[in-house]
Amino acid sequence: MFGAGGGTSAYQEVEETDLVILWGSNARDTHPIYFHHVLKGLHNGAELYVVDPRRTSSAKWATGHLALDVGTDIALAHAMGRVILDEGLENRAFIERATTGIDEYRAAVEPWTLARAQEVTGVDAALIRDTALAYATADRAQLCWTLGITEHHNAVDNVRALIDLALLTGHVGRWGSGVVPLRGQNNVQGGGDMGSIPNKLPGGYDVEDEVERARFERVWGAPIPPRKGLHLSQMFESMERGEIRAVYCVGENPAESEADVAHARKLLTGLDHLVVQDIFRTATAELADVVLPSCADWCEYEGTVTSSERRVQRVRKAIDPPGLARPDTHIICDLATRLGHDWGAPTAEQVWDELRSVSLNWHAGMSYARLTELGGLQWPCPSEDHPGTPTMHTRLWERDPAARGKPAPFAGVEHAGPLDVLTAEFPLRLTTVRTLDSYNSGVQTGGYSSPLRRDEALCIDPADAEALGIADGERVRVVSRRGAVEAPIRFDGAARPGLAFITPHFSEQVDVNLITNEAWDPQSGTSEFKATAIRIEPLPPRQESLVADAERQERDVPDVRVPVAGS
Amino acid sequence: MTTIDLGTIRRLVSVTVDDVEHRVPEGATIMDVLDGAGCDTPRLCQAPNLTPVNACRVCVVEVEGSRPLVPSCARRVEDGMVVRTDTERVAHSRRMVLELLESANDMSQAGDDVARWSVEYGADPERYGPPGPPAAAGERGNRHPGHHAEPDGETRATVAQPVTVDNDLYVRDYARCILCYKCVEACGTDAQNTFAIAVAGRGFDATISTEFAVPLPDSACVYCGNCIGVCPTGALKSVAEHERREAGIWDPDDETVTSTICSFCGVGCTLELHVQHNTIVNVTSPHDHSVTHGHLCIKGRFGFQHVQNL
Repeated sequence: MFGAGGGTSAYQEVEETDLVILWGSNARDTHPIYFHHVLKGLHNGAELYVVDPRRTSSAKWATGHLALDVGTDIALAHAMGRVILDEGLENRAFIERATTGIDEYRAAVEPWTLARAQEVTGVDAALIRDTALAYATADRAQLCWTLGITEHHNAVDNVRALIDLALLTGHVGRWGSGVVPLRGQNNVQGGGDMGSIPNKLPGGYDVEDEVERARFERVWGAPIPPRKGLHLSQMFESMERGEIRAVYCVGENPAESEADVAHARKLLTGLDHLVVQDIFRTATAELADVVLPSCADWCEYEGTVTSSERRVQRVRKAIDPPGLARPDTHIICDLATRLGHDWGAPTAEQVWDELRSVSLNWHAGMSYARLTELGGLQWPCPSEDHPGTPTMHTRLWERDPAARGKPAPFAGVEHAGPLDVLTAEFPLRLTTVRTLDSYNSGVQTGGYSSPLRRDEALCIDPADAEALGIADGERVRVVSRRGAVEAPIRFDGAARPGLAFITPHFSEQVDVNLITNEAWDPQSGTSEFKATAIRIEPLPPRQESLVADAERQERDVPDVRVPVAGS
Repeated sequence: MTTIDLGTIRRLVSVTVDDVEHRVPEGATIMDVLDGAGCDTPRLCQAPNLTPVNACRVCVVEVEGSRPLVPSCARRVEDGMVVRTDTERVAHSRRMVLELLESANDMSQAGDDVARWSVEYGADPERYGPPGPPAAAGERGNRHPGHHAEPDGETRATVAQPVTVDNDLYVRDYARCILCYKCVEACGTDAQNTFAIAVAGRGFDATISTEFAVPLPDSACVYCGNCIGVCPTGALKSVAEHERREAGIWDPDDETVTSTICSFCGVGCTLELHVQHNTIVNVTSPHDHSVTHGHLCIKGRFGFQHVQNL
């Protein structure tokens, strides 16, 4: 943000802050060790507010739980912004010196009265107001978010609405005050930093910046396409138009993880050539013409990953890879040789040092020796005598305008609800969630036996079930505008009337992405996994096999656990 | 508005240990001074990432002006403090702690340090007679407080009992449990804040227990394994380690420890992979890393099986 795609704060800052907002994040379950830092903050006296449609395990720790309707985040954020402005609690000195666009922001939030926000979001007006006042008056505040913000058709707008709140109150660029997107995967930050975002070169340089691109071309000895590439959702559109005919897919499982997955599978199957490089024989690999087995680099080879606090850390080989599996870089270099470019056989450290030679601001100072000695370094780290940067954008607080640099712009975005609207035909909101012991499409976590794991089920509120005449444990048909799946029902205290949820972890039990919405954010390419309109249909007269199945489910599935404080 | 403790300016204070003067920062513990001075101070319930609880009393020292012995792990230094570790009273107290623990508990997996201290202080648990009969499975966890059987005077009382295996990830081998409280602290406010376990019962019947001694899968446990991570005696360990030990294929001589980063969420926890014969047998995290402080979640500690299912 403000020109650098990364969270602004070190984890330690949340231990020493006064207020924490987890917005669209159930960190207790999805980022458990970050939540340890949050808990230290709470024990030190900080207050926690959780913005989440569900009553999550994180929300149980909160002073205030804002259980908004799915996809109304901007309305809520703007209502908070309006309260802060109305009360005169904005940080005027910071806004004056370090931002632009406050007038546009003021205009954007003006329609969002508390009454209207309550109507649109479903959150009690007094709670919205309390949260806004708490955020604005805290000495220090951390605003964190996860996929509840970003898996929407307007993901980037959602993020910008939250950043606007931080700018409005000056909660950024100071120790204890910052905005922290908690990354879902161990190297989603690093992957982007290395240039896998279609408009970026390694180190965060814009691919359309001619000066920087020329520098990379000199180092690499090859021309770089001068226009930004396609993100995943655009690639699928391009496949649909018949433009992309071949795909080389590394470490991704789109045949299970894409929204509206039946459509994605059809496009992948229709390619002239599909190469899959993965540590597993995934559903996508099953569709491939060529499968290149790769090492699990985090324990079978070498390299680095970058965390949600921009900390670059080394991974190392602990065990031998199985069979013919090879490190990703070795496969890629061999492929380059076959294509007529001899890149040699660089070690992981040599690959890293080449990156350091082009990523001048972020990574140049991060030698393997320093990463080892210091337990990782946080970018920007431009030279070997630089200590790394725990807190970013402190420049915004400089008195000297030259040192302060380019001001941070308010975005003043517009609210737009989920594209998959609720109607009489599709009256229930389905959202996807993650559990503590499982991970994404489940290929990595399916292998270990977790005592917490339960069979997949569509979790709903008993009131909705009663209206539909459905019993706990009964198998039903879940229908969206894209398709239908069968799933057992589970009554769950985290749901509420009108809101159902399910995980993406067990596609072999319930292939939920057959019904999710592929509509994607034009700015980030992320699909709207979090907001699907569904209806629940009882299954037609039950056949013997299904009855037996339901009985088995009832036996195997333990009762909903009694919530225990702090569990 | 919360007041955040930014730490006071740490003055140096003067502490004398066994007639040698040390200048140390205010706020250090006596144990910090002893460690800095190279003393081999025994410890069981102390851990650098947990709040001291003064449970085991094996680190005690004499402090001039203090009538009782002082646990060095918890007591902070004061200017002019005079500490003695080389007295008969200290040695005797440490010997009694080790001896009584060894008389009642199976300390065979407590590590080389404990074995060394035991020899150094001359602990002789055999002088209390042969061990009494072990308790039946689950029996010790359900004793009624205050009801004690009269000892027979011929055998020594022990906490021996069968291993509790009630889930796929951890075992609880309470015959080894010395009630150091570390697991309770790691499950509580020092790390996990889940509060699935606590000390139940009184006196010799005290045990670490879930609520109402229910099996772990019925408790609040979320299987982070941070209790295993801090257990000093092998009372809590992974099923994987337990099964290997039972099968006679546990081979610490072959073990390598490799530092890497967890492959799951974006927090970036440092993992130490303990590998025997090309198989990951345990996962820990270093207590001195700013990301984890030694603590992990269920995926980090147990979720490695996907690289082993060949």
